[in-house]
Amino acid sequence: MKADGSLGQRTRRPPVLLVVLGSIGLAMFVVPFVGLLARVPWSDLPAVLASDVVTDALRLSMVTSLMATAIAVVVGIPLAWMMARLDFRGRPLVRGLVTLPLVLPPVVGGAALLFALGRRGLVGESLEQATGLLLPFSTWGVVVANTFVAMPFLVITVEGALRNLDQRYEGAAASLGASRWTVLRRVTLPMIGPSLVAGLVLTWARAFGEFGATITFAGNLQGRTQTLPLAVFVALESDRDTAVALSLVMVVVSLAVLVGLRERWWKAL
Amino acid sequence: MNSAARLLVATFVLGAVTACSGSSVEGELLVSAAASLTDAFAGMESAFEDANPDFDVVLNLGSSSALREQILEGAPADVFASANSSNMDQVAEAGEISGEAKIFATNSLQIAVPTGNPAEVTSLEDFAREELLIGLCAEDVPCGDLGRQALAKAGVIPSIDTNEPDVRALLTKIEAGELDAGITYVTDVLSASGSVEGLEIPVEMNIVAEYPIATLAGAPNPDAAVVWVEFVLSEKGQAILTSYGFRSP
Repeated sequence: MKADGSLGQRTRRPPVLLVVLGSIGLAMFVVPFVGLLARVPWSDLPAVLASDVVTDALRLSMVTSLMATAIAVVVGIPLAWMMARLDFRGRPLVRGLVTLPLVLPPVVGGAALLFALGRRGLVGESLEQATGLLLPFSTWGVVVANTFVAMPFLVITVEGALRNLDQRYEGAAASLGASRWTVLRRVTLPMIGPSLVAGLVLTWARAFGEFGATITFAGNLQGRTQTLPLAVFVALESDRDTAVALSLVMVVVSLAVLVGLRERWWKAL
Repeated sequence: MNSAARLLVATFVLGAVTACSGSSVEGELLVSAAASLTDAFAGMESAFEDANPDFDVVLNLGSSSALREQILEGAPADVFASANSSNMDQVAEAGEISGEAKIFATNSLQIAVPTGNPAEVTSLEDFAREELLIGLCAEDVPCGDLGRQALAKAGVIPSIDTNEPDVRALLTKIEAGELDAGITYVTDVLSASGSVEGLEIPVEMNIVAEYPIATLAGAPNPDAAVVWVEFVLSEKGQAILTSYGFRSP
């Protein structure tokens, strides 16, 4: 009883030091946004937001980040499965390589993409000769840059979920006659569902905010490669109101998606 | 925690003492310089530090417009060297410079193409060819502004594929052969000689860029800032700049 009481009291009164430090941590996130909000040109906002620089950038960011997420699903999930389920030599190396874009400065990633997929690049040269497709300075280049930088989030989360999944459930389903496809659809995917969704959200969010690899690999042209972050960067030096308005759009869209998805999907986490 | 607090106080006191120790020029000097000055100012830095071993010159390089924004937003810097007057004027109008800005160098434009000139670019006219990959600096960056002025003088409407954030970024993509042509400064072509070729732009279409320099009102190290500006304007400084392709004003 006594022990219970003191335990209860301790939980009622949170340790001051932790709360103070935690609040400083929170301020690190809040203060910059307050600074941004303080600069928003509210009265001119509708006009600025309707300008074609803003609408082009928003549309391009939406399209390219969603395409990058789709590509990540198609090739990233199988990669995660390979890493989680196939026993092969060099798996730690593969895991390291997949994690690398999370650690590398995106500019380095962009330069690497340029040297590999540029028109004088290792692969890019033959790619152009074979298909006529030129990635740098094209919208596809933005998608590739986004995918490179963002896909690790999906691969890592899904791989972790697959490894923690008790394979006996899949085995039981298979022994009851379920086909591989049915097992994947009815057992594996539902069980890793929350991680999958979390990975997708993180991937999309990272792609939506991608800057360094995009400007290095795909360049900067309104309507073709100038995504929201690039438009913010360019506008910061010329037209502060537009830059702030664009930043506001990024914050609102990102926050809406993250909060909205959290309500609907992340509860399972 | 006590000892940490004591350490903090000691640091402040020490800092105050050093700050009050008078006019001896030493310590760190933060120079915000236009990206096109990258190599020239690096050369200047090593010459300066050889002469003044107590100095540590820190170069903050970027497009002049980006540097201007940093200064206007209160980022600490001792000296601002801009690639055009308009960015310097805006900093001056905001009361952020001490004294007057002085022109310390001039530069002119060249067409930069990858070695071997694979797209066979010959003049500004080629910037209208849609099948080429053409890059310029972004409109608000000095090299982008000047490049557009030159194209306008030549009566060419360019088919642009990318607006690079600064001249070095543009040069890198030309060096890599990813762009067929761009407009940069003569000095940039010189610094990248070997991987980039320069094509002259006729005088009647060319624009001369004037580079102003000034010490900043909020300079953390104002004495050193003055010494650096004097060095840049001195015969020795001018000789260094000339060796990198700049011209004396």
